[in-house]
Amino acid sequence: MMGKSNYSNEFLQELYRRMLLVREFELRAIEERRQGFIPGFIHSCVGEEATAVGACAALSKEDVITSTHRGHGHLLAKGGDPKYMMAELMARSTGYCLGRGGSLHISDFDLGILGANGIVGGGIPSAAGAGLAFAMRKEPKIALAFFGDGASNEGSFHEAANLAGAWKLPVIFFCENNLYGEGTPLSKAAGISDISKRAEAYGFPGICVDGNNVIAVYEAVSEAKQRALEGNGATLIEAKTYRFRGHYEGDPQVYRKPGEMEEWKQRDPIPTYRKTLLDSGKFSEDEIRAIEASVQQQLDEAVQFAKAAPMPQPEEALAGVYGNDHDGLVF
Amino acid sequence: MREISYSEAIREAMCEEMRRDSTVFLMGEDVGTFGGVWGVSAGMLKEFGEERVRDTPISENGFIGAGLGAAMVGMRPIVEIMFADFLMCAGDQIVNQIAKARFMSGGKAQVPLTIRVMTGAPGSSAAQHSQSAESWFMNFPGLKIVVPTNPADAKGLLKSAIRGEDPVIFFEHKMLYGDKGPVPEDDDFVVPFGKARIVREGSDVTIIAIGEMVKKSLKAADQLAEEGISCEVIDPRTLVPLDKESIIRSVAKTSRAVIAYEAHKRAGPGAEIAAVLAEEAIEYLDGPIYRIGAKNVPIPYSPILENDVLPNVEDITRAVKAYWS
Repeated sequence: MMGKSNYSNEFLQELYRRMLLVREFELRAIEERRQGFIPGFIHSCVGEEATAVGACAALSKEDVITSTHRGHGHLLAKGGDPKYMMAELMARSTGYCLGRGGSLHISDFDLGILGANGIVGGGIPSAAGAGLAFAMRKEPKIALAFFGDGASNEGSFHEAANLAGAWKLPVIFFCENNLYGEGTPLSKAAGISDISKRAEAYGFPGICVDGNNVIAVYEAVSEAKQRALEGNGATLIEAKTYRFRGHYEGDPQVYRKPGEMEEWKQRDPIPTYRKTLLDSGKFSEDEIRAIEASVQQQLDEAVQFAKAAPMPQPEEALAGVYGNDHDGLVF
Repeated sequence: MREISYSEAIREAMCEEMRRDSTVFLMGEDVGTFGGVWGVSAGMLKEFGEERVRDTPISENGFIGAGLGAAMVGMRPIVEIMFADFLMCAGDQIVNQIAKARFMSGGKAQVPLTIRVMTGAPGSSAAQHSQSAESWFMNFPGLKIVVPTNPADAKGLLKSAIRGEDPVIFFEHKMLYGDKGPVPEDDDFVVPFGKARIVREGSDVTIIAIGEMVKKSLKAADQLAEEGISCEVIDPRTLVPLDKESIIRSVAKTSRAVIAYEAHKRAGPGAEIAAVLAEEAIEYLDGPIYRIGAKNVPIPYSPILENDVLPNVEDITRAVKAYWS
């Protein structure tokens, strides 16, 4: 599982730290919601940490991503601050979106996070547009669109992929195939089981990777990024993975096949990778535990920050609809 | 002042802005080699090249969405949609993404995106190529809705849209493209949003006219003047933001309001203006507010049927005269 190259210890442990941060952030958010601190939806990505972390590890700060309704992992993996994320989930005025967006709309333009999205497939054309801008300005940057198997049936995916193919854009279409679009299995929603095959129709490569293997994901995205930067256009990467919780918190999950969850839990990306790190002999149990403790501390601080953060004033709802010319005006 | 057409004024605005700002570019179906099916971008490919005068696939949701992505990373795209009817193909991107990006991000997303679109009838283009779509998008906070009615406004308002900070849908009426008028050559000539224009002063009735209906309202005003009725014609120029103040000031003077628009009468742009007047100017009104719009049926193909459905000069004069009948 350690991949092709001889990676530095710092890099290898950072992958572990990030995946754990994503997992534990989600579990904290679920608990805080249960206690009534989070008013809105949560679509957790528990089980899918390796896709977000592996993909974003291959990107620079200047590269951009578009995310999805299941976006917390993407944002944290791209460098998003759990403090401001948790404050946004708790609807506070110091959250990432000043309490106006919530889980589905978190963005951080300084980190190249163009936004989570409440519409399935809604962010994919933006990634094509960002890629177009980079190509026009001859900047060595790429755009990566995260989306699910469900979104791969949306017109927005096909239109954006076609643009990227026609214009050879520096874009990575990164499909997290977790086998279900909400509650409907992919086998009922599409005539193919490998979404990656759709790339051929748009004139660029499509590949499948093990989405629960963070190194495999990292390497696939690194390669696709290299292709894009060399002017060879887009790649569709399909990462097969599985979510361990419902589509949303509260989903009764009546659609799962018996035994499926147990089977995938054997391949839980976090304990699997933890074991790999220990087996490599490069890390001691104590070192791993120190990482785990630091993640917990970071999240304790995030939750404390969010709970201490001010609620918005009602009149703040009127700001930020328009730019400076008309800011605060409601027509 | 030299006179140019509405179409030339739009092209001039785009060219000037593309010369002064390298982040401005045009994309849309057949805007390059073809020069736009309405000829608006004719010749631009030669000056600016394929990168900045970009032919797109027929893929409205894709390339309007790409306009959003490009805008969010620092470009100022102008996206052309061939017919207003096709805006609905890009419905999600316009309504759920573009309109809301700034607000949802806590004010951080920058979306300086101009969507230029041909709108209106007649011409036997039938139900899917004739619609006036302005009011469809008035219900989505975050968009600005611009409806230029003459060459100078077309140039000045488009330059404001391109230089501005917000997503704009810019409705160009196809029956106005050939109209000529004086247009300033000044590179920095801009027309601000939210300022109505008094097209004709009058004292008995205010006609608030949107888009191509300004021309029909002026004809109606001429005819009514012969009968001793003095009409004031106001062109709001932008529906969002709406210059309520100028409209109400005029109605306070005339006590009567007729609103003329080519969109379907029900829930068309005049419905909002009528509601504003009912809420904020009822004390000035001496009679009903009349809305003149297209009949509430899809726009038909046959010229005879189409003519019956679309609002015309006589509809306006009849409404005005109703105050004295």
